[in-house]
Amino acid sequence: MCFLSIFAFSGQALIPETNIVFLELNKMKITFILNDQVIQTEQSGAGTLLDFIRYEANLRGTKIGCREGDCGACTVLSGTLQQGKIFYQSLTSCLTPLANAHGKHIVTVEGFNLPGLNKVQEAMVECSGTQCGFCTPGFVVSLGGYALQDTHPSQDCAISAIDGNICRCTGYKSIERAACIVQDSLEQQDSARPLDWLVEHHFIPAWFRDIPQRLEALNIPETAFPKTSGRLFVGGGTDLYVQKPDALPDLPINYIFGKLSKAPIESIGNTIHIQGGATATDLMNAPVFLEAFPRWYEYFKLVSSTPIRNIGTVAGNLVNASPIGDITAMLLALNARILLQQENGEERILPLRQFYKAYKTLDKAAGEWIAEVHVDLQKDTNTLFHFEKVCKRTYLDIASVNTAISLKTKGNLLLEAHVSAGGVAPVPLYLDKTSRYLEGKTIQTEMVLEAIEVLQSEIHPISDARGSAAYKRTLARQLFMGHFLTLFPETIQMEALV
Amino acid sequence: MKNIDARNHVQGKSIYLDDIPEINGTLYAVPFDAPVGHARIVKMDFTKAMNMPGIARIITAADIPGENQIGGIIPDEPLFAEGEIHFWGHPIGIILGTSEYACRKAREVIEIEYEALPVITCPREAQKQNHLIAPPRTFVLGDTSEHWAECDYVLEGKADVNGQEHLYIETQGAYARPKEDGCIWVASSTQGPTAVQKAIRKVLNLPMHKIEVDTVRLGGGFGGKEDQATAWAVMAALAAHVVQKPVKLSLHRMDDMRMTGKRHPYSADYKIGLNKDLKILCYEATFYQNAGAAADLSTSVLERTLFHCTNAYFIPNVKATAYSCKTNLPPNTAFRGFGGPQGMFVIEAAITKVAEQIGVTADQIQKANLVRNGDVFSYGQVIDKSEAHNSWNACVNTYNLEKIQAEIRAFNQSNYRFKKGVAVQPICFGISFTNTMMNHARALVHIYQDGSVVVSTGAVEMGQGVNTKLAQVAAITLGIPASWIRLESTNTLRVANTSPTAASAGADLNGKALQIACQNLMDRMMPVAQALLNTEANLQIKDGVVHKDNEATELTWQQLVLQSFMRRISLSEQAHYSTPVIQYDKTKEKGHPFAYHVYGTAILVVTVDCLRGTYVFDEVNIVHDLGKTLNADIDNGQIEGALVQGIGWMTLEEILFNDKGKLLTHALSTYKIPDIYSVPLQINIQHLDTPGHDLAILKSKAVGEPPLMYGLGAYFAIRNAVKAFNPNHDPNIDAPYTPEKVLMDLYSKRKA
Ligand SMILES: Cc1cc2nc3c(=O)[nH]c(=O)nc-3n(C[C@H](O)[C@H](O)[C@H](O)COP(=O)(O)OP(=O)(O)OC[C@H]3O[C@@H](n4cnc5c(N)ncnc54)[C@H](O)[C@@H]3O)c2cc1C
Ligand code: FES
Ligand code: FES
Repeated sequence: MCFLSIFAFSGQALIPETNIVFLELNKMKITFILNDQVIQTEQSGAGTLLDFIRYEANLRGTKIGCREGDCGACTVLSGTLQQGKIFYQSLTSCLTPLANAHGKHIVTVEGFNLPGLNKVQEAMVECSGTQCGFCTPGFVVSLGGYALQDTHPSQDCAISAIDGNICRCTGYKSIERAACIVQDSLEQQDSARPLDWLVEHHFIPAWFRDIPQRLEALNIPETAFPKTSGRLFVGGGTDLYVQKPDALPDLPINYIFGKLSKAPIESIGNTIHIQGGATATDLMNAPVFLEAFPRWYEYFKLVSSTPIRNIGTVAGNLVNASPIGDITAMLLALNARILLQQENGEERILPLRQFYKAYKTLDKAAGEWIAEVHVDLQKDTNTLFHFEKVCKRTYLDIASVNTAISLKTKGNLLLEAHVSAGGVAPVPLYLDKTSRYLEGKTIQTEMVLEAIEVLQSEIHPISDARGSAAYKRTLARQLFMGHFLTLFPETIQMEALV
Repeated sequence: MKNIDARNHVQGKSIYLDDIPEINGTLYAVPFDAPVGHARIVKMDFTKAMNMPGIARIITAADIPGENQIGGIIPDEPLFAEGEIHFWGHPIGIILGTSEYACRKAREVIEIEYEALPVITCPREAQKQNHLIAPPRTFVLGDTSEHWAECDYVLEGKADVNGQEHLYIETQGAYARPKEDGCIWVASSTQGPTAVQKAIRKVLNLPMHKIEVDTVRLGGGFGGKEDQATAWAVMAALAAHVVQKPVKLSLHRMDDMRMTGKRHPYSADYKIGLNKDLKILCYEATFYQNAGAAADLSTSVLERTLFHCTNAYFIPNVKATAYSCKTNLPPNTAFRGFGGPQGMFVIEAAITKVAEQIGVTADQIQKANLVRNGDVFSYGQVIDKSEAHNSWNACVNTYNLEKIQAEIRAFNQSNYRFKKGVAVQPICFGISFTNTMMNHARALVHIYQDGSVVVSTGAVEMGQGVNTKLAQVAAITLGIPASWIRLESTNTLRVANTSPTAASAGADLNGKALQIACQNLMDRMMPVAQALLNTEANLQIKDGVVHKDNEATELTWQQLVLQSFMRRISLSEQAHYSTPVIQYDKTKEKGHPFAYHVYGTAILVVTVDCLRGTYVFDEVNIVHDLGKTLNADIDNGQIEGALVQGIGWMTLEEILFNDKGKLLTHALSTYKIPDIYSVPLQINIQHLDTPGHDLAILKSKAVGEPPLMYGLGAYFAIRNAVKAFNPNHDPNIDAPYTPEKVLMDLYSKRKA
């Protein structure tokens, strides 16, 4: 496991209120550093960063494989300046609005090129990790991004860095071997002077060292969130740019990615405040959850991929209202509340489970946005949490069915229960009857079997590309069992259940 | 030697179709298609679309100066649908505009009215209604009808195997530019530049010498760009010809997935009969190939299904019939293995099921029936250099199959939730185009005055490393470092009348031609060397220096080249190679279609999570017959890549159409190919120690397709694990074994 270590930083700068300049990114000059060059463009902020890189900046090393975040051929790094230091994250440039590059250091494969090969490139060549080569720049950038992280704990972490990159030629083993070489050499890194070390060891060009100062010197005005209502909110864009990429350039947009006025995740008393704009990566690495729930990190590995998690936001997941949203399922089971805000300053708090009215219909006014998500977590009570997800492909795939559960227990007794399930109804489902059934019960096999009957009565899966209705029912049963098998291995055995 | 492109690849410097710098004034093309499976076009209205900003022109069948026809083998495939739509995604025309984005916006407002016609997606249904691409073919050996009585075990059954999306990461594309005098230049991401040239000839009504097709490299092909790159190149060429401007067409992934064909799904019936010694005496199979709406390469693919329908086994009595069934799906096409894997899947299914019936393990039957020298395949080819037993024995001994099986039994006894399964997968794959006339190639070599060498052949580089192998062939034959040799793009002006790079034969055919060309150059230059060194002794060139009696002389390659040039000796050579021996008589369905066969054996071990229905492959252990490998780095890469692609086909990769012919798995979000976490935890590869084959380039056997078929074992390994959990159930044979099917089989009729 790579706890906290990789991509632990949210990639989101905290903006001091006073510094905010209101700019409309659709019309303004977007300013950033692309590799070692300053870019200032009047292009629409709603076009993709990918198209800008390839067809405006004419850097053709970044490839197009799918334009929907699923192949990683378009992977680039985005560096965010914070207190004089730059934090790099990988992202899929095909889903990233150009506006989201504003103020960043964007690195493409060309940005890693040295007079000879860099370390990652050399390892890829040495291990024959490239065949047709079309996926290769994406892998090189992802591994380069890994090299730029603060720590490099294990081979698994190096592999995680390329979990969003698909290759159709190699069968990955050669790439794995290359990642292993990269890992071995990174383990020698001098952590006191990481950037210098990377330059000296041919991971990156020397000009990387000047980027923080250069970005600082550019004094790029921040853009504000949120300003004008009646506009479409775009967070990471990982849903919107899949669903309607061609419509976006014509719409008035409110780019809200990275516009956090507070820390992405913060505990206040017994309540955890998650910013709507917190990314999945933020959530994945949040110490408060990692401490409370031992498998938290593993659950998030099942959510999309590293570059998507780096940009996909919590609010985006909730508002997208996909019946199979993973973060949504988790937050439903954590009995979360959402803080909705309007332009005029009005606020209201709504239990998340009341947010979903019908298929993609929300209890949300047009101009309302999700500012925060609140989760109560009392340290002293015994709260257990578990998440299960099965899809065709275990990683980087959308669930056929997912389900989450949180339980407050006392001895063998279930004091409080919240269960959610996705992929079994037109909306992400809070399983109210099942949850109520569980409360007050003693943990034992019979109870689990009866709860399954209740669960089956409140789900209504349909057949689609992710599975037949019958499969989803069976899967919901199995995954519900999975909660109890995982959380109560002493009491509940699979032999007794099936 | 590493792939000669690797350094550029890792730096993002390699140029693919969409990376070619656009010429000023280039228009972009986006195809538009029908959102119906089968229909008559009633009315088309482009008024709104033409009024969208940036739109230059809409091109349809009406703009075609020649024939609206691109069918390669059978002329049954219009470039653009005219009057009738035959499948969901059938291109009707292209929109030309100043950007792809503008074209896509215009596409949304094209208005077309349709009158729906009945849709057939099932090949058996098509066969019933006699919707066939061509008459059925039947291969016969011995006489099954006479020998069923001798069989102690007889089993009949059905096996289905789904298609597979190529998912080359680079989508289809072409860039065309008009030249003077009505000529046209087309860059195409194709495995078959000549096929593109011929189709353009027909559609544009131009002589072939006016059409230059150029291919630098592909971002993956896998057969998907053998025939199906053609349409897009012809569209770009047609548009460029009509508007007299450069036109680029690079397909959006979803357009590519919707509009292009895939590996053929098959449904099959089989009947198998064995005696007490587990010898298979009789095998009958009927294959229903889902060809889609046009022939494409289906008839050839069908043929290879029949050729490989008994895999690596000798069966004295065989009767196999195959129907190429016409349905309302995108025309299915070549895909690594080319119908062979589907044929092999069915015999493996039959063996697995009959083993279950008898109560033995499938490997006992497999082993008992492996081909030996002197055995004959149903198509008449007598086996002479069989490596079936050698690779089997090497595999089961090296990796200790017995131990693996014992450990799995123990594991399954002591574990409830997780069950392991193992399968052994032998392969035997014939090398050569089954269409004998395609087995020839040419190479053009220029040695420049400075000693540098440039090579052009008909081979297309698509990641399989053919250019690297060709550079090696030239380097070895000329005796110079490979770095002095450049492999040029595949271009119809330089090398004409090429066969597509396919059938795993690219390195053999083009390599042999190149070898001849280089040898001819040597034959011309060596007398010069002898004259310069004043000797009649045999000379060789090594590392760019002329050697006499294994000793370096003072004469370098560069000097020799220059001196030869001064003596007015041609430093250019074009050579031709055609595979000897091979022949095939379709009227008798007998002959010797393959130059040689490639063998190997794999052991696949899987663990199934019986709670979730998911699985992980623990290990795949392979012994593969490469002959004398020319390049182990490349060959191992081909084995690993093909294996994983084969496993993907058998497990995650599920193509779903609805009954209206709409592709439901339409994007990478719904069609899942293996990612880094879904590949086997360990892949072990050993090369079988063999002398190689003279018809293989420098005795290094073809490697592109054969290892894909190790992946078949994935299906049967999972089945064995499922049966360990749910022994009462006899699951249908229906690949791929998705987690859905696994879970349903784990819990079907469990408590009988
Ligand atoms: C390849 C890929 C894999 C994926 N895999 C998974 C997966 O495994 N599990 C999963 O759950 N999801 C997955 N997703 C979906 C997606 O990444 C998540 O839903 C993500 O959380 C969306 O966040 P975003 O910021 O990118 O959303 P955006 O696309 O920016 O926005 C989505 C919607 O939310 C609205 N919105 C955004 N922020 C706010 C706000 N603060 N207030 C109000 N409305 C707002 C937008 O207007 C829009 O309607 C995947 C996506 C891709 C491309
Ligand atoms: S192009 Fe495939 S992830 Fe961006
Ligand atoms: S090398 Fe071809 S897709 Fe990875």
